[in-house]
Amino acid sequence: MSANPNATTPDTARTSVTAPATSDLALPRENYLNAQYGLRSWLLTRDHKRIAILYLISVTAFFFLGGFFALLIRLELLTPEGDLVGPDTYNRLFTMHGIVMVFFFLIPSIPATLGNFLLPLMIGAKDLAFPKVNLGSWYVYNLGALFTLWSILHGGVDTGWTFYTPFSTTYSNTYVITAALGIFVAGFSSIMTGLNFIVTVHRMRAPGLTWFRLPLFVWSMYATSLIMILGTPVIAITLLLVAAERTLHLGIFDPALGGDPILFQHLFWFYSHPAVYIMVLPGMGVVSELVAAFSRRRIVGYRVVAFASVAIAILGFLVWGHHMFVTGQSLYTATIFSVLSMLVAIPSAVKVFNWTATLYGGAISLETPMLYALGFIGLFTIGGLTGTMVATLGFDVHVHDTYFIVAHFHYIMVGGTIMAYMGGMHYWWPKISGRLYPSFLSKLSALIIFVGFNLTFFPQFILGYLGMPRRYWSYPPEFQVLNVLSTAGASILGIGYILPLCYFAWSMRYGKAAGDNPWGAVGLEWTTASPPPTHNFDVTPIVTHEAYDYGQAPVLGEEARVV
Amino acid sequence: MSSTHSALQHHFDTLDQQREASTFGMWCFLVTEIMFFGGLFTAYVVYRLRYQAAFEAASNSLLTWAGAVNTAVLICSSLTMALAIRSAQLDRRKAIVWFLLVTMLLGATFLGIKAFEYTTEFREHHYPGPSFHFDAPPADPNPHHAEMFFAIYFCMTGLHAAHMLIGLGLLSSLLAPAWKGRYTPEWHNPLECIGLYWHFVDIVWIFLLPLLYLFGAHGTK
Amino acid sequence: MRQDLPLFPAAASTGAHQVDAITYVWLVVAAFFSLLIAGLILYFMTRYRRRTPDGVGAATGSPLLLEVAWSAIPLAITLVMFAWGARVFFYIYRPPSNAVEYFAVGKQWMWKFQHPEGNREIDELHVPVGQPVKMIMTSEDVIHSFYVPAFRMKQDVLPGRYTTTWFQADRPGTYHLFCAEYCGTEHSRMIGSIVVMEPTDYQAWLSGAAPGQSIVASGAQLFESLACNTCHRPGPGMAARGPRLEGLFGHQVVLADGRSLVANEDYLRESIVAPAAKVVAGYQPIMPTFQGQVTEEQLVELIAYVKSLSATPGDGTPVSAEASRAGAAATGPAIAPGATAPTSRAPATPTAANPAPPGR
Repeated sequence: MSANPNATTPDTARTSVTAPATSDLALPRENYLNAQYGLRSWLLTRDHKRIAILYLISVTAFFFLGGFFALLIRLELLTPEGDLVGPDTYNRLFTMHGIVMVFFFLIPSIPATLGNFLLPLMIGAKDLAFPKVNLGSWYVYNLGALFTLWSILHGGVDTGWTFYTPFSTTYSNTYVITAALGIFVAGFSSIMTGLNFIVTVHRMRAPGLTWFRLPLFVWSMYATSLIMILGTPVIAITLLLVAAERTLHLGIFDPALGGDPILFQHLFWFYSHPAVYIMVLPGMGVVSELVAAFSRRRIVGYRVVAFASVAIAILGFLVWGHHMFVTGQSLYTATIFSVLSMLVAIPSAVKVFNWTATLYGGAISLETPMLYALGFIGLFTIGGLTGTMVATLGFDVHVHDTYFIVAHFHYIMVGGTIMAYMGGMHYWWPKISGRLYPSFLSKLSALIIFVGFNLTFFPQFILGYLGMPRRYWSYPPEFQVLNVLSTAGASILGIGYILPLCYFAWSMRYGKAAGDNPWGAVGLEWTTASPPPTHNFDVTPIVTHEAYDYGQAPVLGEEARVV
Repeated sequence: MSSTHSALQHHFDTLDQQREASTFGMWCFLVTEIMFFGGLFTAYVVYRLRYQAAFEAASNSLLTWAGAVNTAVLICSSLTMALAIRSAQLDRRKAIVWFLLVTMLLGATFLGIKAFEYTTEFREHHYPGPSFHFDAPPADPNPHHAEMFFAIYFCMTGLHAAHMLIGLGLLSSLLAPAWKGRYTPEWHNPLECIGLYWHFVDIVWIFLLPLLYLFGAHGTK
Repeated sequence: MRQDLPLFPAAASTGAHQVDAITYVWLVVAAFFSLLIAGLILYFMTRYRRRTPDGVGAATGSPLLLEVAWSAIPLAITLVMFAWGARVFFYIYRPPSNAVEYFAVGKQWMWKFQHPEGNREIDELHVPVGQPVKMIMTSEDVIHSFYVPAFRMKQDVLPGRYTTTWFQADRPGTYHLFCAEYCGTEHSRMIGSIVVMEPTDYQAWLSGAAPGQSIVASGAQLFESLACNTCHRPGPGMAARGPRLEGLFGHQVVLADGRSLVANEDYLRESIVAPAAKVVAGYQPIMPTFQGQVTEEQLVELIAYVKSLSATPGDGTPVSAEASRAGAAATGPAIAPGATAPTSRAPATPTAANPAPPGR
């Protein structure tokens, strides 16, 4: 076992790492990565950390697949005429971009990689409550992915990721059923993960770890899991009905047979709106961790932020109708959904203010993870404000189904979630791999991503207000300049994402050993080795202090500093 | 609690913790099942409000006696499931197996009667699709409305039947360990969890019965 | 108009200015808070830079007053904007009573328009400036959306139903019309223009373009040619087998199963293509369906004709022709809003108050 000076102290919530001698920092001899070798030991593992790596590989692959589709979309949109691909191909491209990114990247990304890896560590447990269910969830994800890949290889689907009826049930000539089944199956992976997390947080916290001593990342994982188990079954049954309607010619959504296409939209958005909170809440949890660690300060308003996560989860189920303001629903229905949508914005705003207040009086260090966290706060603010704009009824009538909406949700999902994901990966990479990565290159990538992102999506706000609708393969010439700017940004953004792939891979072989706690952060995960042993902790920690107790924080030795 | 019990998994500290986590997990799963069926209940509510007369007529055409018998069968199967768990509490190994088998038999009976109902409905062309035919009531002669009832009926009872099949599979997975004496008064949590699942499937049926079979039969009016 | 980089499209309707007002205020609010947060971040991250390797941040918490303030202020702002937006929304979706009705049918992948005067257009709609225009729209296939950025108005167009919206153009010009709900292969080419003209020019255009008869007149012709009058307007001494349509539109109808509703365009359309869906109390469900025999445009004409019959309620055949119908709730529910089945009629056949029990 590695010589862990902390192993004998029960009070491991705060540790002091004595500055090690220069040549002493080495990877622990036995850790979860080298405990067993061979493909079988990975494919049949029960270790939550290995399962997190398996997920990491899967979601990264799908991220680049979805990104490739985005690249083709933006290339097509360089010119007003449709000239790169035909209209049917374009329609399939944006559909598959949406399906892959939403269901196979964004929804599992932080929960199934960082959540899986960190949740037991952060609460002092040896594993999640149901390790076999955890492994099963990865296989279920892959089964769903297989269906979706099959439909991609056979030309893809052209219904939009929203599958609106009756187009998807009656008119589309693509493999709708296969794609729907792929999402249906992948949804069960989501449910299994959420269920696992909820039971784990309730039942497997270390002694002394009360709810209000939990790291905020755990709170956000918990809130996310609530949405996962309550919302995902509804999209499952909805897509099942679409598939049934296509095969068995039922008329549930078909007006010609007495059905109602708007019923589909209600059922679809009842899940898909909370789904966006599945995508953003984990990101917020990561940001709380990053801001605390790199300000070396307890998050201001800890309880408020914790409750805000749960509030977002609950309120998120009450606002789905704001996707349907122009469908012809009653004016009073629209009014109710609009006011509730304003309410759901408040907890998010409160979090932004609390994070900013944490910076005040902090001891801030601008490492790469902190750059991503600060980028998140700024971009999420813009995305969230545009959310309240589109929740405003009169305004939404104009911008619904235009590029304004596209820009809004990309600010949240890319400027928000993906930035948080990158920040989290850069923060916990030393814990996951035991290695450090080049600091300058990582900061440069963060900057490239920030610039590329804004150049890609800010012009789209303008495009949308000018009236350019979404899902347009060809467009009137006056929209070209803004589209060219957007495509230019996209190419920069793409480079920004490829760089981390390269230097993370490089670090696995050539990176310096990180040591237990390269950032000098407070948290149970930093009290064990990097990478951790398979059983996480040599001695079960007993927690006696609040979260983020930087009052007597670890002292960093010179050699352990990253920069 | 004994920390060397053979059923204790490595990541739990005590058998109690494992049991509580396991049971809690099953309850969470049942909540997801409620949401899963919820989508179908929503569709049912929407269309029943719109096509009341057609729905009443279509509901009347179902075999109410079959629904009644099936209800009795399922409730009895829940009883035998509970008795299986009781047997485990009383450390009666063979009784566990016996009650599990009876539960499975009753479940299979349910599915058999359901199959009979389906074949009857198929023969009468009440199956939605191109060959659908139904003598629509005067109050609402549009055949599509009755067809909507049957679409929802087959989806809901079909989904329920699929859950019964899965339940039978889960029950059969309990037989071998039960026979070998793995379920003791100290530890029989798999029985409890699968019992929860079985009771849930039963409760879903209790909701399906009045909504699908009973609401059309008003007596004289 | 398009040389420089415009940030706003032309605003050419009464509603557009209201929406733009909201936008301006939101932009100011959003810019303020974005710059505030960005500014604070930039300031704090320099001011509170870590000085020593083991420096820690302050251990203070957040004062309750601050938490309340930065919850209450955003709440107040969003609620104010909500209320304003709702007001504009109600304006956008409540056409004035003097709006002229135009009809639109969306189908993959074109827009078909019908003027009340009878003119038909495809993908282009001419309207006069200063005139409130109410669009009554339906789709022949999938969901489309009628979107005119210059008017800041948008309304989904659904199959099997009518949806409505309205605008009043206040500037002549030609403005983009887009389909804004993805509808298949040529979704991005389901575009056209709204041409707003001065009233005199518009009149000239109307008469210059293919002069047709008004849609009401077309509807009257169809009413005859499809023999609707045999049941709905029988000759003297003959029993009416269908409800009288005079005075029907906009009034209460009681159905055979006891429900009652107000006759609108959707009800009229459904009664023609799926008459069995809602049978009027006291009548037999004998009306045949005209699904497939009439196009959406013809439906629009028939409905316009039936609506015109409500301009003078009570017109048509005298009441005595109805007396032989036991259920003769025909004139009752059709004309008197909110009336239930008159109880003074002979109850030999089921009346609206006691509908026949659904067939056993």
